[in-house]
Amino acid sequence: MSSIIDVQGVSKSYGGVLANTDISMQVQKGGITGLIGPNGSGKTTLFNSIVGYHPIDEGSIRFEGKEISKLPVQSIARLGLLRTFQQTRIYGAMNGVENMLISLPHRKMRFMDSFGQNSKADYERADMLLDFVGLYEKRFLKSGSLSFGQQKLLEFAMALMNEPTVLLLDEPTAGINPTLINGLIDRLKRANTEFGITLFIIEHNMRVIMNMADKIYCLAHGKMLASGTPQEIQGDQRVVDAYLGAH
Amino acid sequence: MKKAIFYVALLVFITAAPFLFPDFRTQLATLWLMIVVSMTWDMTGGQMGYNSLGNIFFYGTGMYVAAIICIGLVHDVGLYNDAARSEIMKFTDTQYFVGAIVGILGAGIFCAISAVVIGYVTFGLRGPYFAIGTLGVAIAAGELVSNWEWVGGGQGIALPVYPGDLDTGKIFFYFLFAICGVVLFIFLKWLYQTRFGAAVNAIRDDEEKAEAMGIHTLRYKLTMWALAAFFVGMVGGISAFQLIHFEPLETAYQTINLGIFMVVCVLLGGKGTLWGPIIGAILFHVIKEVTWNYLLGWQWVALGALIVVTVVYFQDGLMGWLLLKKPEWFGVRVEKKESTTESVGGAS
Amino acid sequence: MDQILGNISLLFEFPVVNLKIVIDGLMIGALFALAAYGLALVWGVMNVKNLAQGDFVIAGGYVAWYLAKLGLPPLFGVPIAFVIMWGIGWVIYKTVISRVIERDLFTSLLATFGLAIMMAQIMNLLFGSDTQSIQLQYDTLYMFDGFVDIPIAKLLGVAMAAALAAGVIFFMKSSRMGQAIRATAQDARAARVLGINTEKVYSFTFSLNAAICGAAGAIIVMVWVIQPFYGITYSIRSFVIVTAAGLGNLPGVIAAGLGIGAAEQYGAHIFGIGYQQAIAVLLLLFVLIYRLIQQKRLRQSLK
Repeated sequence: MSSIIDVQGVSKSYGGVLANTDISMQVQKGGITGLIGPNGSGKTTLFNSIVGYHPIDEGSIRFEGKEISKLPVQSIARLGLLRTFQQTRIYGAMNGVENMLISLPHRKMRFMDSFGQNSKADYERADMLLDFVGLYEKRFLKSGSLSFGQQKLLEFAMALMNEPTVLLLDEPTAGINPTLINGLIDRLKRANTEFGITLFIIEHNMRVIMNMADKIYCLAHGKMLASGTPQEIQGDQRVVDAYLGAH
Repeated sequence: MKKAIFYVALLVFITAAPFLFPDFRTQLATLWLMIVVSMTWDMTGGQMGYNSLGNIFFYGTGMYVAAIICIGLVHDVGLYNDAARSEIMKFTDTQYFVGAIVGILGAGIFCAISAVVIGYVTFGLRGPYFAIGTLGVAIAAGELVSNWEWVGGGQGIALPVYPGDLDTGKIFFYFLFAICGVVLFIFLKWLYQTRFGAAVNAIRDDEEKAEAMGIHTLRYKLTMWALAAFFVGMVGGISAFQLIHFEPLETAYQTINLGIFMVVCVLLGGKGTLWGPIIGAILFHVIKEVTWNYLLGWQWVALGALIVVTVVYFQDGLMGWLLLKKPEWFGVRVEKKESTTESVGGAS
Repeated sequence: MDQILGNISLLFEFPVVNLKIVIDGLMIGALFALAAYGLALVWGVMNVKNLAQGDFVIAGGYVAWYLAKLGLPPLFGVPIAFVIMWGIGWVIYKTVISRVIERDLFTSLLATFGLAIMMAQIMNLLFGSDTQSIQLQYDTLYMFDGFVDIPIAKLLGVAMAAALAAGVIFFMKSSRMGQAIRATAQDARAARVLGINTEKVYSFTFSLNAAICGAAGAIIVMVWVIQPFYGITYSIRSFVIVTAAGLGNLPGVIAAGLGIGAAEQYGAHIFGIGYQQAIAVLLLLFVLIYRLIQQKRLRQSLK
């Protein structure tokens, strides 16, 4: 496997506070990579640096070999590097199907295509993916009226609709009913295997990430603390200390 | 079927209107102007969430471009605008009509291009900055043009008079405006249900999310504004020929006149709907024409008050109000029903 | 074109002309800064972008002008305009602004634009559309062989503006209300949780803004001219200054205000007085573009 996202020596500070110091990491193509760390360890900062929400002070971020650390959000998204939001963002005034159809991969359309109607295949794919995340029954409801967990699933389905190369998920299980978490883990894994989407997941819930990822990076105090397979991370005393220290 | 009859009847009425109400031909033409500018304002304001206060820029620019093309095809523009000479320089009938048609189309095209150029800069601005930035563009354009002697400076331009008799002239301009309006309506009806329309709505509802989903936000925004500008530019061009004489600050770049009327019309009728701007424009135009002369100089104060009251108390407009009261008219019924059974199911 | 080049070369031939332009610009800029400070206050505290800002200035000017016409000493106009505009600001807050605060930004922008139209038209009906000013009986200082003339009236105006600004800053720093205003500006919800009556803070802030503008207008009518429809230009100048300086940056507002004043004087000198309005607006576009480029470097847009 080759790396698809390559982060080299990235530093980022906010008004003197070092949020990320000299971070280097890789996301392997076709795999599931996890990013963990206690609160305030700089996970979201790193994530935002990758997707282009703020400039970085030093270092380089490459996506499929292309430098993206200077590109704005939409250009990065158009390369096929997609993100979901920690506080879900869906179009609340539209129903599920409309939300899905808006998520069609516009980057793959020619300009004139965007003046076309949605094809039957588009509708079928929307229905299929809504079924995949278990929202088929609720597809005509105004999405704003869905529960938080369901909105999260809808956002996930929208991301799949967009046919990304890499999907960055910011705490996918936060705020989701614990009984639904196993189902979500299963779907994330299937998105990885069946749709061939590389996943890069920030997660707080250790059980979730240990079950899914094949490679995990652990941040603490803005520095890369440890990396390795789930087993290695679980056995790493520094990681345990970092988490205990944070509590 | 019922819809087809409705539209055919409407079209017949539109065609017959200037003959049914011969005394109101100019009024009706102005009504069409209001309808077109309201609909185009809603394209960005209502559908895309970019509230421009400067769309009047395209109206004024359309006027000037149409006039310059029409004059330039036959005479030297600078000489013509040298106040004394416009009386002497004459146009033949063919020159007039060719000039008018080419000028009006050229105005539309020029405005579309300038929308892309201006939009490339201003669409980096969001929300209120966009509104103020576009207002700035409109005011600046008016001030600069009024200092530009080649196009007549503060005096403006006097175009040739319509060569036929007065009544056919009125009918001619009525139909120019009406064709613009009808074409625009059909175009928008189609546009709003393409993927493009959906993407533009996505930009309105959450631009950051739309960006994060890889939608070409800037490209779509520019396209939408250019399309709007094309139509505003054309009606601007038509107005130039209809008014015969126009000057920069009060007629062409009339920021607080037509420039704000269009916003009020859309708000009255309902933002982000196909019919809202049309209904709003009719409502506003009728109210204005009926009351304007009775207000004895206080009409502008009343207009300001109308804006404030509309914005504060009635922002969703007539269509928004109907949507709230009669959601089934808008096909929201399915969801409504499902959600009620849903909640019942959840409760039991 | 020749005229413009001639005007520019004049600046190089007689450097002292620059001094006159800069002094004039700074004196006017001080008044711009005052109005802009009010806007920054309202913008920062209640997130209302007030397009009627300039009309408050002009209204304050007409209050002072009317009083002077009734025979009151002109300098009294400043405090009285302050008080009267406070009242008008309070009424406008209660009737309009308080209802749009929680809504989206375009609502408040458009509502204040409607107010601006109303105010300008009412002043037009009450006072007529002629330009007005108050003539003060003070001498003019001549320096550099008469190249630079500074009317003492203008100096007095600047001094009053400075005193007013100092008073407001002192008030914001030391009084309880000032603290409450600053707390609300940082986080209205937290302030509410901590027992600050934000409604009162809002109405106070808006009234204060109107009063500051009114006083600025009362000074402007003594050193310059006013006209019912000049308001929008002052609103735009205020926006330029606040956009250039950023919110909550008082030294920046003052610097930007003085800078805009000087830039406008230079523009008027080079391009001619007919372009004065255009220059004020073009400066807005320049500042917006500059800020955009700045934001682009931060991978952000200007929100």
